[in-house]
Amino acid sequence: MNEELIVSGRSNPFIDPSLNIWHWQIPLYLFLGGLAAGILFFASLYTILGREEQCPTAVRKAPLVVPVLLVLGLFALFLDLKHKPYFWQLYTTIKLQSPMSWGAWVLMAVTPLSFIWAALNIKEIFPSWDWKFSWLINFEKICRKNILPLSWMIIVLSVILGVYTGILFSAFNARPLWNTSILGPLFLTSGLSTGAAAILLISKSSAERKLFAKIDVLLICIELFLIVHMFMGFLASTQVQIDAAELFLGGPYTAPFWVFVVALGLVVPLILEILELKKIHVPAVVPAILVLFGGIMLRFIIAFAGQSSRWLY
Amino acid sequence: MTSRRQFIKISAYGAGAMAMGAGVFGAVKHLSAPAAENLVVDTSRIPTYCEVCFWKCAGWVYKNEQGKIWKITGNDEDLNCNGRLCPRGTGGVGMYYDDDRLQTPLLRVGERGAQTFKPVSWDEAFAYISEKMKQIAKEHGPECIALFTHGSGGTYFGDLLKAFGSPNITAPSYAQCRGPREVGFIATFGEEVGSPENTDIRDTKCLVLIGSHIGENMHNGQVQEMSDAIDKGAAIITVDPRFSTAASKSKYWLPIKPATDNALLLAWIHEIIYKEYYDKKYVEKYCFGFEQLKGHVRNFTPEWAYGITTIAPDIIRETAKEMANASPAVIIHPGRHVTWYGDDTQRSRAIAILNALLGSWGRRGGFFRPEKVSIPSFPHPPFPEPSRSWRNAFPNKYKLADLALASGICEATIPSTARDCTFKGWIVNGTNLIETLPDQKQTLTAIQSLDLLVVIDTMPMEITGWADVVLPECTYLERYDSIRTGPNRKPQVALRMPASEPLYDTKPAAWMAKELSKHLGLEDYFNWTTIEEMLDWQLKQIGSSLEEMKRIGVKTFERPADDLYFSDNEEVEFFTPTGKIELYSTSFEAEGFDPMPIYTPHEEPPQGFYRLIYGRGPAHTFSRTANNPNLTDIMDENLLWVNLKVAKLWGLASGQPVWLKNQDGIVSEFPIKVRVTERIRWDSVYMVHGFGHADKRLRRSYGKGTSDTKLITRVHIDPIMGGTGMRGNFVTFLTEKPAETEVAL
Amino acid sequence: MRYAMAVDTKKCVGCSDCVVACQTENNVPIGYCREWVVEVMSGTYPQLEIEIRSERCNHCENSPCVRCCPTGASHYSNGGIVLVKPDKCIGCGACIASCPYDARYPHPGGYVDKCTFCIHRILDGMQPACVAVCPTKCMYFGDLDDPASDVSVILKKRKYKTLIPEAGTKPHLYFLI
Ligand SMILES: Nc1nc2c(c(=O)[nH]1)N[C@H]1C(S)=C(S)[C@@H](COP(=O)(O)OP(=O)(O)OC[C@H]3O[C@@H](n4cnc5c(=O)[nH]c(N)nc54)[C@H](O)[C@@H]3O)O[C@H]1N2
Ligand SMILES: Nc1nc2c(c(=O)[nH]1)N[C@H]1C(S)=C(S)[C@@H](COP(=O)(O)OP(=O)(O)OC[C@H]3O[C@@H](n4cnc5c(=O)[nH]c(N)nc54)[C@H](O)[C@@H]3O)O[C@H]1N2
Ligand code: SF4
Ligand code: SF4
Ligand code: SF4
Ligand code: SF4
Ligand code: SF4
Ligand SMILES: [Mo]
Repeated sequence: MNEELIVSGRSNPFIDPSLNIWHWQIPLYLFLGGLAAGILFFASLYTILGREEQCPTAVRKAPLVVPVLLVLGLFALFLDLKHKPYFWQLYTTIKLQSPMSWGAWVLMAVTPLSFIWAALNIKEIFPSWDWKFSWLINFEKICRKNILPLSWMIIVLSVILGVYTGILFSAFNARPLWNTSILGPLFLTSGLSTGAAAILLISKSSAERKLFAKIDVLLICIELFLIVHMFMGFLASTQVQIDAAELFLGGPYTAPFWVFVVALGLVVPLILEILELKKIHVPAVVPAILVLFGGIMLRFIIAFAGQSSRWLY
Repeated sequence: MTSRRQFIKISAYGAGAMAMGAGVFGAVKHLSAPAAENLVVDTSRIPTYCEVCFWKCAGWVYKNEQGKIWKITGNDEDLNCNGRLCPRGTGGVGMYYDDDRLQTPLLRVGERGAQTFKPVSWDEAFAYISEKMKQIAKEHGPECIALFTHGSGGTYFGDLLKAFGSPNITAPSYAQCRGPREVGFIATFGEEVGSPENTDIRDTKCLVLIGSHIGENMHNGQVQEMSDAIDKGAAIITVDPRFSTAASKSKYWLPIKPATDNALLLAWIHEIIYKEYYDKKYVEKYCFGFEQLKGHVRNFTPEWAYGITTIAPDIIRETAKEMANASPAVIIHPGRHVTWYGDDTQRSRAIAILNALLGSWGRRGGFFRPEKVSIPSFPHPPFPEPSRSWRNAFPNKYKLADLALASGICEATIPSTARDCTFKGWIVNGTNLIETLPDQKQTLTAIQSLDLLVVIDTMPMEITGWADVVLPECTYLERYDSIRTGPNRKPQVALRMPASEPLYDTKPAAWMAKELSKHLGLEDYFNWTTIEEMLDWQLKQIGSSLEEMKRIGVKTFERPADDLYFSDNEEVEFFTPTGKIELYSTSFEAEGFDPMPIYTPHEEPPQGFYRLIYGRGPAHTFSRTANNPNLTDIMDENLLWVNLKVAKLWGLASGQPVWLKNQDGIVSEFPIKVRVTERIRWDSVYMVHGFGHADKRLRRSYGKGTSDTKLITRVHIDPIMGGTGMRGNFVTFLTEKPAETEVAL
Repeated sequence: MRYAMAVDTKKCVGCSDCVVACQTENNVPIGYCREWVVEVMSGTYPQLEIEIRSERCNHCENSPCVRCCPTGASHYSNGGIVLVKPDKCIGCGACIASCPYDARYPHPGGYVDKCTFCIHRILDGMQPACVAVCPTKCMYFGDLDDPASDVSVILKKRKYKTLIPEAGTKPHLYFLI
C-alpha cells in the first residue's frame, strides 16, 4: 500500500485538499467576456461585410448589452481580487507573459469601444435620445464616418478577448487539465457560439435568425470537435493529463460535464437548431438559452475541475 | 545588527511588506501570534530554558519592536539542544498566547468536579488553603498531604511541603515513566540512566531501540545525535510492533509481537554469550555473575524466541552479530517511558545486561559518564523529620523504588482499614493526573476522598476541574525558576528569566509557595526577599552571578576530571552490593525477585480485540500542548492506526470516526478517526497520547481525538518498584455513536 | 548568485519543527503555512519505506508564478529568490493557480505570501529559520555558484532529485535521496 500524508497539518482551505483559489467570480468573468467577444465579433463582422441591414440585431441591438456584460465581468473580476485597494496596479505594467495582464489591457481597450458602439446605436431603443452637448454630437459623427476602421479594431480585439478567456487557463501548466492549447480556440468558439445564441434570442427577423442558427450549428460542431480532440490529446499525453481527463471520464466531474455542457449545452441545441433549419418548428429561445447555459457551465466546470487537477509527486 | 538597518535592507530587496504588512493593510484580527509587521527585530534576547517537556533545552526569547514575545530559539552553547529547539519548544510561544489560559485564582463553589468556581483574590485562596492544610495536619498529621509535581515550580512547593513536615513528593515521571529503567540499571550498574540520558548516541556504531521511538519522541539531544549517527553510518535496529519513524531509518525493523520483548532480549543474550560475541575482558574485569547468567540463558535460543516474538531466528542472529561488530560502541537503548507490562524492571535489566556484555557502559559510543553542577540551596532552617512516608502504606512492597510512586500515593488516598496512612490533601503542580495516571476510576475515587485538592496549572486542564482551589501559574516565559542543572558530557547550568510581565492575574509558583509559607507560619524557609536575590546567591556559590547568566543564558564548567569514558584497565567501583556490574542481581535476590530476567507470557487480545498501544507525536507533549495554537496547527487530533487487513475485516476507511470499547466495557468519550496503514501489526492499534480532552474550557482541543488513558483500566503493577504497566489493555471498534450511558465512567 | 536548499529525506523525521519555526520567525498567521512536511510510505508489511520531505517554494529559476503575475508583484530578487511585493499584489490568485507545488497561499492581509528563503536572515548572514532549527540538521542552504557552500558540497556528495522536473520550472529545492 502507498500512503501519502501531509504530516504538518497544512490546513489552508484555499489550497488543500484541492486548490480552490478561484470561486464563481473568475468563470463568470470569463463567460461574460466570451459572450461580449462573440457579440462584438458578429457586430463588427457584418459591419465590415456591409450587411448591417440584413443583421440589424447583430449589428445594432445586441451590442447594446455588451458594455453591461463587460462591466459586470470586470466587477466579478474585481470581486475575486483579495487585495482590492491595489487594483490599479494592474495598469502600471504590461506583462506580455501574463494572460491576466494582457486580458486586463484588452478589456481596457474593448470596454470603451463597446461603449462607443452602443452609443452609436442607442437610438435603437431610445429613439428620442439626444446627445445634448455639441462635442458629443461631433464625436458621434466622427465615429460614424470611421465606422470601418472602428469595426476592424473591434473585430481584432474581440478575437483576442475570446481567445484570452481560454488562454488564461491554458497558460497554467501547473494544472494539467488546463494545460492544453485547445482551450483558447475552444473558449473562443464557445464565446462566438454564445454570442450567436444571444443574437438568436433577441432577433425578430426570421432571415437573421436563420443565418445565426446556421452559424451556431457550425460553431457547435467545431466545439464538439475541439472537445473530442482535447480528450484525445489528454489521453495520449502524460499520466497527469490522463488523470486530469479522468476527472471527466468517471471522475467527479463526469456527470456535470457530459450532461450539462455536452448534452444540454451542445448536442440538444444542435439538434433543435437543425430541426429549426429543417423548418420543424421549435421555439427559438430554447436552443439559444441552452447554448448560453452550456457556455456558463463550460467555464465553471473547467475552472473548478482544473483547480483540482494537479501534478502528483 | 541594528533593527533599522535590517528594515531598510528588507524593503530594498522587496520583502518590505513582510516588514510593513499589517501597518499598511491593517492588522489581521484573528492573528493570535505577533502580527506580520513585526519583522523589524528588536534584537534584545532573554535567556530561558524550555518547559514544554523535561529535556529542558536552554534558549533565547526574542521580542518584537512592540516589546511582545516573538519567537524562541535554542542557545548554541547548550548541550541539551545545541542551538536547536524541537517543534514543541519552538512553538512554546503558543503557551503564552493561548487565550484559554487560566487567569485568576479560583475557588470551587459547587460539588467537586462540577466545575463551578468563583474567582478569588490570591489572599483568599492562600487563606483557604492554609486553613485546610493546618486542619489536616492537626487531625491526621502533616504527612497526609502529598505534592504531585511535574514541572519547575515543584522545587518551591516541595520546600514548602518539607517545611510543613511531609516527605511525600512525587512525580508521574517515575512510576508512569522511567522508574523501572532506573531500578533495573541501578541493580546492574549501581547508577541510574537519568535525564538527559547518558547514551553516547553521537558516536555509536549500532543503536538498538526497544520501542523507543526517537524522532517521534522528540527528546531533543537524542534526536540530534541519532541524526549524527545516521550521518556516520551507524546501524539502527528498531524493535517495535509499529513501523515508527525511527524504524524507517533503521537497517533492521523487528516488528515484534507486543509484550514479548523479554524473549527477544534473552535470545540476544544467549546468542552473544554462546557465540562468544561478548567483551571478554570487560566482563571478566567488571561483571559479576557471568556463569550464572550463561547457565540461565542456555535454553533461550533464537528458535525459542521465534515462537514467542514472531521474529525469525536468522534475524535475531544477524542483529546480535551487528551489535557485536559494533561493540563497545553499541547502545541497547534503555528507553524512557518503560511502564508497559508490569515486568518492565526485568526488561530493563535484560537491556542493562546486554549493554554490560557488549562492554558499552562507560565506553565511547555506548554510555558516557555524565557530570553535573550541584547547586546549594539558599540557607534555611533544617526541615522537620517526618515520622511517616508513603512507604508506610505499602509495608514490604516496592522497597527498590528509589522515588515516591504517584500511583501509590493515589491508591493510598482511597480510605482503607488496611493502611495507617491515608492521604487527605493533594497539591498538584503541573501534572494533569486525570489523563496521566492509568485507571481513571481510581484517580477520581481518590480525589473524591480528599479534604483538599490544590492545583497549580497554567491551563484549565481536566485536573483543574476537580480542584478545590486553582492557582494560575504564569507560563515559563513570564517567570524566573530555579537554575537548571542536569547531567551531561560537560556540567552546565542555565537560567530562565521572564521575557514579559505575567499576563492576567497569574504568578510564578515560587511566589505562590513563598506567600503560602507566610500563611502557614513557615516563612523562615523562604528567607529571601526576591527570587533574583536567591538565584544570585546560588549562582555566586558556583562561580557565576545572575548578571552573568542574564547575559549568557548557559554556563559551561570543565569536568573535574577527564573521565567521560572508562580508561583502559581503569579500576571502576560500581555502586552495587558487589561493587561490580551485576549480571546476577544480588539486590533483587535479597528482595525475593528473580536475580536474572525471565520471560513471562502476557495475556493476548481476545477475539475481535486489539492491543492498545500509544506513543508520542513529535509536535505535542501529552496534554501540555494540546491547546497550544501553534502546535494544534500542526496536529489537532490523534488518529487510530489500524492495520490494512484489520480495516478490511471491519470495513473501516481512513478518516472514518470510530469509538473504542475496552475489555472492561469502557467506551471512549469521543470518536477517533481511523488511519488505515501497513505501518502497524494486525494485533495492535496505536494512538498518540494526550488527546481527547473533556474540559470545554480548552476551546481548541475539546473533543479532538480520543484519550488512551480512559481506556487503560487494567494496570499491571511492577512488583519490584510499583510501576504501572499500561499496555495490557485491549479495544474493539464501535462504528456507531454509543449511547450516552455507555460512555459514563 | 543562485540560492538553493537541499533537504535530506533520509534524515528528516517529519517533526514539523521547520514549519513551526517558519511560522514564528515570519509571523505566518495560524492556519496558514509557508512550508509543510510530506510523508510518503510505500511497500508492503514488513518491507516498508518512508520518504519524508520538508517542502516549500522551490524558488524556481523558470517560475510560472513570476511569469503569470499581471502586476510584477511576484519577482526574482537577489540570488534568484522569488518574492512577492505585497503593495503591488492585487490578490488575483493567478500565481497560486500557476504554481505546480502549491507553494503559495493567500495571506489574510489580502496579498499572496510564500517562502522568502528568509531573505531578511540571509542578508544578515544567518541561515533561514527552518534550516537553523531543524533538530536533525537535515537541511542545507547556500549559493549554488559557490562550490564551498553547504548546499553545493552536499549536492556533490549525494544523489538528489527535484520535484516535478517535467514541469520545466527548474526548482532550487533539492531532495537528497
Ligand atoms: N514529542 C514528544 N516527545 C517526547 C514526549 C512527548 O510528550 N512528546 N515525552 C517525553 C517523555 S516524558 C518520555 S517518557 C519519552 C517516551 O518515549 P519512548 O521511551 O520512546 O516511548 P515509549 O512509549 O516507550 O515508546 C512508544 C513506542 O513503543 C512502541 N511499542 C508499543 N508496545 C510495544 C512493545 O510491546 N514492544 C516494543 N518493542 N515496542 C512497543 C510503540 O509502537 C511506540 O512506537 O518521550 C519523551 N519525548
Ligand atoms: N495513558 C498514558 N498515560 C501516561 C503516558 C502515556 O503515554 N499514556 N505517559 C506517561 C509519562 S512518560 C509521563 S512523563 C507522564 C506525564 O504526565 P504529566 O506531566 O502530567 O503530563 P502533561 O500533560 O505534560 O501535564 C502537564 C500539566 O502541566 C500543566 N503545565 C504546563 N506548563 C505549566 C507550568 O509552567 N506551570 C504549571 N504549574 N503547570 C504547567 C499543563 O497544563 C498540564 O495540565 O504521563 C504518563 N502517563
Ligand atoms: S526537547 Fe523540545 S520541548 Fe523538550 S525542552 Fe527541549 S525544546 Fe523544549
Ligand atoms: S525540522 Fe527537520 S527533521 Fe523536522 S520535519 Fe523539518 S526538515 Fe524534517
Ligand atoms: S515553487 Fe511555485 S511559488 Fe515558488 S517559484 Fe516555483 S512556481 Fe513560484
Ligand atoms: S496574486 Fe499578487 S503576486 Fe499573485 S499573480 Fe496576482 S498580483 Fe501577482
Ligand atoms: S526559508 Fe524561511 S520562509 Fe522559507 S520555509 Fe524556511 S523559514 Fe519559511
Ligand atoms: Mo515520561
